[in-house]
Amino acid sequence: MSATEEKTAYVGSPVKRREDRTLLTGRGTYVDNMAPVGTLSMFVVRSPYAHARVKAISLDAARGAEGVVAAFSAADLQGDWKAAMPCAWPVTEDMKNPPHYPLTDVARYQGDGVAVVLADTRAHAKDAAELVEVDWEPLDAVVDVATALEDGAPLAHPDLGTNECYVWRLDTDATGQAIDDAEVVVTRRYYQPRLIPNAMEPRAALAVPDPAGDVTLYSATQIPHILRLLVAATLGMSETKLRVVAPDVGGGFGSKLDVYAEELLAVALARRLDRPVKWTEERSENYVATIHGRDFVTEYTLAATKDGTITHCRAKVTAAMGAYLQLVTPGIPLLGAWIYAGPYAIPNYSVEFTGVFTNTTPTDAYRGAGRPEATYVIERTMDALAEELGIDRVELRRKNFIKEFPATMASGLTIDSGDYVASLDKLLEHLDLDALRAEQAKRRENGSERQLGIGFSTYNEMCGLAPSRILGAIRYAAGGWEQATIRYLPTGSVQVITGTSPHGQGHETSWAQIVADQLGCDIDAVEVLHGDTSVSHAGLDSYGSRSLAVGGVALCHAADKVIDKARQIVAHQLEVSADDLDYANGTFTVKGSPDKETTVAAAAWAAFAAHDLPDGMEPGLEATATYDPPNFSWPGGAHAAVVEVDTETGDARLVRYVAIDDVGTVVNPLIVDGQVHGGITQGISTALYEEGTYDETGSLVTANLVTYLVPSAAELPSFELDRTESRSPTNPLGVKGVGETGTIAAAPAVINAVLDAVSHLGVKDIQMPATPERVWRAIQEAKA
Amino acid sequence: MIPARFDYDVAESVDHAIELLGAGGGDAKLLAGGHSLIPALKLRIARPAKLVDIGRLSDLSYVKDGGTHVAIGALTRHATVAADGTLAEHCPIVSFTAGQIGDPQVRHCGTLGGTLAHGDPASDMPAVMLALGADLVARGKGGERVIPATEFFTGVFETALAPDEVLVEARVPKLAGSTGWSYVKANRRAQDWATVGVAALVHRDNGSVAGASIGLVNMGGTPLRARAAEDALAGGKSAADAAMLVTDGAEPPSDHAGSSEYRAHLAQVMARRALEQALGD
Repeated sequence: MSATEEKTAYVGSPVKRREDRTLLTGRGTYVDNMAPVGTLSMFVVRSPYAHARVKAISLDAARGAEGVVAAFSAADLQGDWKAAMPCAWPVTEDMKNPPHYPLTDVARYQGDGVAVVLADTRAHAKDAAELVEVDWEPLDAVVDVATALEDGAPLAHPDLGTNECYVWRLDTDATGQAIDDAEVVVTRRYYQPRLIPNAMEPRAALAVPDPAGDVTLYSATQIPHILRLLVAATLGMSETKLRVVAPDVGGGFGSKLDVYAEELLAVALARRLDRPVKWTEERSENYVATIHGRDFVTEYTLAATKDGTITHCRAKVTAAMGAYLQLVTPGIPLLGAWIYAGPYAIPNYSVEFTGVFTNTTPTDAYRGAGRPEATYVIERTMDALAEELGIDRVELRRKNFIKEFPATMASGLTIDSGDYVASLDKLLEHLDLDALRAEQAKRRENGSERQLGIGFSTYNEMCGLAPSRILGAIRYAAGGWEQATIRYLPTGSVQVITGTSPHGQGHETSWAQIVADQLGCDIDAVEVLHGDTSVSHAGLDSYGSRSLAVGGVALCHAADKVIDKARQIVAHQLEVSADDLDYANGTFTVKGSPDKETTVAAAAWAAFAAHDLPDGMEPGLEATATYDPPNFSWPGGAHAAVVEVDTETGDARLVRYVAIDDVGTVVNPLIVDGQVHGGITQGISTALYEEGTYDETGSLVTANLVTYLVPSAAELPSFELDRTESRSPTNPLGVKGVGETGTIAAAPAVINAVLDAVSHLGVKDIQMPATPERVWRAIQEAKA
Repeated sequence: MIPARFDYDVAESVDHAIELLGAGGGDAKLLAGGHSLIPALKLRIARPAKLVDIGRLSDLSYVKDGGTHVAIGALTRHATVAADGTLAEHCPIVSFTAGQIGDPQVRHCGTLGGTLAHGDPASDMPAVMLALGADLVARGKGGERVIPATEFFTGVFETALAPDEVLVEARVPKLAGSTGWSYVKANRRAQDWATVGVAALVHRDNGSVAGASIGLVNMGGTPLRARAAEDALAGGKSAADAAMLVTDGAEPPSDHAGSSEYRAHLAQVMARRALEQALGD
């Protein structure tokens, strides 16, 4: 019997996060807190233009300024790069990937770096950067993703002759019926705004050289392991010469899942100057120099029979890559490519993605990455189809749900488990839809200024990245496994080393819960180490809701190995067969002689002393497991938003938000609720607040926290959360991912609710975010 | 987010501040609560040669009953104004509005004098002072002078204060019990500047409307009085009809929060609601 099948104590309990005492009392260690002696501050000189050539650049005045140690242009450092900046996901064989380097002499987006200044203090570096003289030749910029492929559009990379990066397709044709021959066909076109991640801690990098030529890179990153590999490769260093440390990291949401110019510059310059080099992103820089998300135009079609059986779905997506391909930029649409049928059984399936270059900050993974984009168009169009068919929105969803699991979808992947009907039923229980409908009818009748709307979003998603074979099949350069090591120390403490790299998720707590249960020890005896390549030698880091579903399972396997070894030791010492030992909660007992028992902790001491181990057994009680998941992880659920729309001002305010999520086994309900709260907030924010906009020249209009609206708690109600639980059968914990579900589900629920509030006025569509002015104009246009 | 280089002096008294400002040769800025100035410095939009910190002049933090008016010291924090009993009794539109500024963090640092002297047409309090016909007291080398609020706001981020003058006090009239008041604003987030705000005072005589005073936030380069709407209301028009006139003479800006056209519409809606509230309808 596997240890994980035992009755558990910590898993499932709302254990308080052990990380929080340090973080909430301001005693965390972030990169910017570190200041080794002799550290130089680096400041990057950035292009004010979206597209411009550097005709001439003079660093003389900057070099002569107070405190300045060195300054470099793109040309000065070109020899330091052994490869262009990495893109790990060439999604098609003929994908265009024009090389780009940490500094450039042709800026292709506002914020592209053209020079660096290094000084004794950050203030001196910044002051000197103002003295860098650049003679710019502005070039035509392409900004709008929707028109970037039109004839005559300016080209982000004139040498390519086109702004098209790639076209990727996935088609199935199960029934042979053409989509246009279906009884009812609904096509809608949507724009999903460009989103600008705002982690609480901006990015930061500190490269510290040592006399032997090794470099330690401290970075506010989600991916210390991947970063080590790719920084070493880009600089032509041996990986053994580079150690990467991710200390406390204050949020990422995908924006720290990248290999950035400043990280490469810090390492290259630390080696050149033989001094520590530190760069800390300013909040204003964050807006232009850190990746953006979304910026998708999607035409989505659902076809159905008159009775509401959906027969086809088709998505045609134009996705902004930005100016260059960052780590996984072209792959972002693909992360949603298999779920454009949502939680519905749709036999005919077609998606087509066209990646497009524009003179904008590169896009890349942002919470949900590819899946919010899919869910948004599906759930908006489900409402449109329901209206077209004259069928209740909730019933159309229920009717078309996938109901049997495992379920192989038309797109080709298999959902391991789920129960979408149960989530929807539970949602309706919480919602009290009849009362809401009655209130809505009353307000419509009264012609109230404040109309009520109810919106639904039933969703599924694929996460837990990812089976390495599948990643290989879709041309991703690396695998999706994860590694964990467990060391049972002689004194009874347990050291856990994980390849995942938490940046707010609370792995130190959840991982300790899992291990303490399995090894039957106290949770406080378990220490969790992470985020340092000299401690955690192998791993693939944290993103794509993978940490628990892949890294947590690796942990289970490592614990199983520890228990197995302990079992051999105990059997030897008690002179019984290993098969004669029962194991529960850290204790082995001899079958039939329950008074003969010994513990894993005792075995750990015996393994350390090594006085009496079975022949040939190595001393020490330690095991490493590397786990490659057989399938993705498939959370799902049902969300509903209730909004009030001021029809005079267009102001839409959220009144209630109810979410029922199925994320499999819950290890820590407190942490899961936190993830769901944060995720939903980001989805709501997409629907009502956040929108990165450029003017026609490619200058970012929403370049600060005043104009780019990140909501606060004051704008949001308390969310009503509950769960259903379909254990994943593919892993011993039964877990799925939870990091992105809220963001994936929430935006369409909110927009559907806003539309529901004003549909009786004739409004059919409102572009996200539903700003007061957009809602007001939609009402005016419907009246006209 | 590092400001450009500046010199920094701490004022020990108002007179000392005036002296330091004078020595700054017109390129010195007063630092009070810092909630407008510090961000501007960090963005390097403002690059004064010198900051004169008046944050320690605690004798400028007070609310006093002045007989016919209430006197508020320029360094009184918004949170203090919001919680003040004298204002709540005699001029509640001021304490109410102070409680609507930004978020708690802003209200506990930002000062009344700061928000007035900054001259931001999108701030709440200038329009309230305008509607009230408040007197603003400035002190310079030659002593004190009283500037009516109607003459104080001269342009975007510009006021009637001389470079070496310090705003020391605002005097707001005590409102009669028969005066109705309201301040309403539309904003996206609690911490945002108002997309549009409307301060309304309605004076009654024996139950009928005898006069009105309306201040507008973010409807032009300075806070504005909506004279046409005021006259219409005093002339017997309904709140709804009068509110349609608030855009007369306004030049609403276009920005991320809304186009000029939308702002004009929003001002009419907000004005109607403000007048209805003030009228107790």
